Amino acid sequence: MSVDALDSSRTQRTLTGTARLLLALHIDGPLFIALCMVGAVGAIVLFSASGSSLNMLEAQLMRFGLGLTAMIMLAQVPPRIIRNVAPMAYVIGLIMLLLVMFTGDIAMGAQRWLDLGFVRFQPSELMKLAVPLACAWFLHERPLPPSLSSLLVLLLGIGIPTLLIAEQPDLGTSLLVAASGGMVVLLAGLQIRYILSVVGLLVPVAIVAWHFLLHDYQKQRVLTFLDPQSDPLGSGYHIIQSQIAIGSGGVFGKGYLNGSQVQLEFLPERSTDFIFAVVGEEWGLMGLVTVILLLMFVIGRSLYLAATAHDTFSRLASGSLALTFCVYVFVNTGMVTGLLPVVGVPLPFISYGGTAMVTLMAGFGILMSLCAKRKLVSR
Amino acid sequence: MPRSVRIKDHHAETQLFEQRAAIAAVIMVIAMGLVISRLVWLQVVKYEYFADLSQGNRIRIEPIPPNRGLILDRNGLPLATNAPSYQLELTKEQVEDIDATLQGIAAIGLIDPESIPNIKRDLRGRRSFDAVPIKLQLTELELARFAARRHQFPGVEIRPRLTRYYPLAESAVHAIGYVGAISEEDKKRLDLDDYAGTTLTGKNGVEYAYENQLHGKAGFQQLLVNAQGRSVERIGDEAAKLERREPIAGNDLFLTIDQRVQQAAEEALRGQRASAVAIDPANGDIIAFVSTPAFDPNLFARGLSRPEYLALTEDPRRPMYDRVIRGVYPPGSTVKPMMALAALEYGIVTPENSIFCRGAYRMPGVSRPWRDWKPGGHGHVDMRKSIATSCDVYFYDIANQMGVDRIHDYLEQFGMGQTTGIDIPGEKNGLLPSTDWKKKAFRRKEHQIWFPGDTISIGIGQGYMTATPLQLAHATATIANRGQRFKPRLVRAIRNVTTGEISELKPSPLPPAHVNDPSAWDVAIGGMYDVANAPYGTARGATANAPYKIAGKSGTAQVFTVAANEKMKKAGDLAEHLRDHALFIAFAPLDAPRIAVAVVVENAPGGGSAFAAPIARRILDVYLLTPEQLAEQEAKKKPALPVPVPRPGDTE
Repeated sequence: MSVDALDSSRTQRTLTGTARLLLALHIDGPLFIALCMVGAVGAIVLFSASGSSLNMLEAQLMRFGLGLTAMIMLAQVPPRIIRNVAPMAYVIGLIMLLLVMFTGDIAMGAQRWLDLGFVRFQPSELMKLAVPLACAWFLHERPLPPSLSSLLVLLLGIGIPTLLIAEQPDLGTSLLVAASGGMVVLLAGLQIRYILSVVGLLVPVAIVAWHFLLHDYQKQRVLTFLDPQSDPLGSGYHIIQSQIAIGSGGVFGKGYLNGSQVQLEFLPERSTDFIFAVVGEEWGLMGLVTVILLLMFVIGRSLYLAATAHDTFSRLASGSLALTFCVYVFVNTGMVTGLLPVVGVPLPFISYGGTAMVTLMAGFGILMSLCAKRKLVSR
Repeated sequence: MPRSVRIKDHHAETQLFEQRAAIAAVIMVIAMGLVISRLVWLQVVKYEYFADLSQGNRIRIEPIPPNRGLILDRNGLPLATNAPSYQLELTKEQVEDIDATLQGIAAIGLIDPESIPNIKRDLRGRRSFDAVPIKLQLTELELARFAARRHQFPGVEIRPRLTRYYPLAESAVHAIGYVGAISEEDKKRLDLDDYAGTTLTGKNGVEYAYENQLHGKAGFQQLLVNAQGRSVERIGDEAAKLERREPIAGNDLFLTIDQRVQQAAEEALRGQRASAVAIDPANGDIIAFVSTPAFDPNLFARGLSRPEYLALTEDPRRPMYDRVIRGVYPPGSTVKPMMALAALEYGIVTPENSIFCRGAYRMPGVSRPWRDWKPGGHGHVDMRKSIATSCDVYFYDIANQMGVDRIHDYLEQFGMGQTTGIDIPGEKNGLLPSTDWKKKAFRRKEHQIWFPGDTISIGIGQGYMTATPLQLAHATATIANRGQRFKPRLVRAIRNVTTGEISELKPSPLPPAHVNDPSAWDVAIGGMYDVANAPYGTARGATANAPYKIAGKSGTAQVFTVAANEKMKKAGDLAEHLRDHALFIAFAPLDAPRIAVAVVVENAPGGGSAFAAPIARRILDVYLLTPEQLAEQEAKKKPALPVPVPRPGDTE
């Protein structure tokens, strides 16, 4: 009996079959389990938020399944290929954004959809992944921290799609796209002096944006955020009702399917952007903190994986994906609790809605591929 | 090279990344800590406050609908006002069983059981605390019946509201339009925040076109309500915070319509299927806008039952149909002055050129003659006389010489074949034919060919050519104004109710109709003057004795083509729906025109000059004469208006 054989039998005993399978599939076990838990919580909350609609629950679970499949499949793609495809995906995404601008379908007053004949598709969703990947690709062979000229290229590369999406108009998504690119730059070691000067620049940019770029309804949201009581029939209504829902939930909540704000339909958009308030009313502070901790675990684990990745591209790309997810969570919970203005950002995995969930799962699939422990591949 | 080349330092980069990731993690924890502390503040510190708001007592926001702007005639006479009425409103969150409640209300006869699905659909789209009207304008009897059983229907209340009221009922209804309950279609168009608490919106005419002027802006008030949804006054700091914002009333509209003229025209047309429009040539103001039969717009503000609605829409006389802007008729001989101008413009004839009319026109190579309306012919006629006598042969000839495309291009300048751009929706184009048009209009090759014979009928406003009464009045105003055109309009000024400030709207000029030689106007207008005044003028009977000078032109549009060989039948012998339409256009006073009018009577018992001209005359009289002159006039011709009998053989 050789040493090798002994060794392998010991390994067999220590690893369960599942763990081996996960390893072979480049799936990170803890992250996978956390994501499934978030998905399950989302399904439970959605059932209540939708007024016990089995159809919506089924649709959401189908999408979650689709997302999981996408995640597992993308985790199999070698990092080298992801890296090489990144700039192409970016260019295609940009072309499609331009197409949408000229030919796109208009749904709910915004021009976001591109009809490809067989499927309707939001190019802005693709850009949520393509922008950070392309930025990481651009930086991965350059010395870091990036030089000023690289930074200018990145600024254009992030700025153009951001503006195109903001014009659709989809403020929430453009914010996320900008954040995903910005995160890459920050993680690449952007010097403190640049960070300070960008903050300095934001003031004039904000003034210009206010006067020329923002649509009336977007301005209205900001104004209403500053003083929700000013428009209690219109846009202030969301914030007022969502705070009442959360506040009245107390520490332990009113109980599942018992939130009066939710079930009596006081709370608008309760199954989509404002679903966090549903958790707050029915499960109370305990429920909200649980959800927040779960989501923070997902972010923390992803960041940890990013830090252990082998090469610059993988680190930057997956670090950005993790932090963008964090922006998602913070912007949504912030707006629902009245800390931030209402921009249309859903709560990941819990809000009802299709494309965003699949994109997010795809992002985690990419992250898992980039950070999987491989035998020194694609240096 | 001042700087050394930077090379990648993998170790340093990894360190940098880890440092940044650590900072990011810290920021994340701080951010989520902020959210959690906000949650603690909302759910622990302010728990009582929010629990109160959500469960026991809460603030309900009640919208206060704005008063709709008034619609007044040009002199300030009210045509559409607001009147108090009572309506039944249902608030979803206070009703336990909506089905049972609606059926209960239907059982006491307040709503139609058939309308329940519609009401439920409407309820579904509203917020649970909105009071949704389910029955408008309750009668005294209905009020009493509901009041007696009120306790059976919690969540259903009687509310006083202002509703639209049209004091003159049918008068000018097609111009003013009407309001009706906000429909699913309307919801797509309107900003619903501004319509909270509003039940009615403009559906047609001025009420529709000027909706955003008339509507105003909703206000709101906050109410403290208990769990049953009843308003309560609570002691403590809550009550002090209640807010109220006053609604902003809609703007009043001054129409261009002169109600005195409008009413006179309506009386003159009563009993006919007809229309009449009068325009001020100097600015496009519409002085009268009549389409008969009409309907009572108050029915729509109240809400029609299905049978009532069907009775209106399926009436063969089509009272809802706006004949002024949607009725298209062959203009008949009323196009002759324009045709004459076109011939002069293209140099086909001079005004002095005369022809000898034998009562029929023959085209070389065609055996069938085109007959004149007057069997024996008119003898020698020059241009002016051919307009005055309405000699068809003269116009057959010039039309044939011009060709249809040149006619098309010239008459287009008078607004024929296109919408005039009046400020209410629904206007029709009419049809100004051309060879191009025929190619597009017919699918089969052999139908697409333009025959010279087609052009000949166009010369007298028959054949393919059609126009709306508004287009005819507009063209008449253009002739009166010697080419100057203005977009017809119904609203001349807007009064801001809050400030009392009246802003006059500027007339909108259109590209003028062109003539090479301005004396062409004298010929065309002279011909029209002769129609009304010369011994051989077709309309002298109705217009010659006026205290001011009238220029006009009669027209009779064939509905039913009498075979050319057959002896012309008298209008009276034909079935009513086959009788000719009677038309008359006119303007006055001749030298400084103040009013241009077009009258179209469908299937009239007499021709244009016999039947339509006296109506046009009546409109001109009421507008141009003082009340004293008018009374004098009435006294003179005793057997005043009643239907003049057509003279035998005179269909023109």
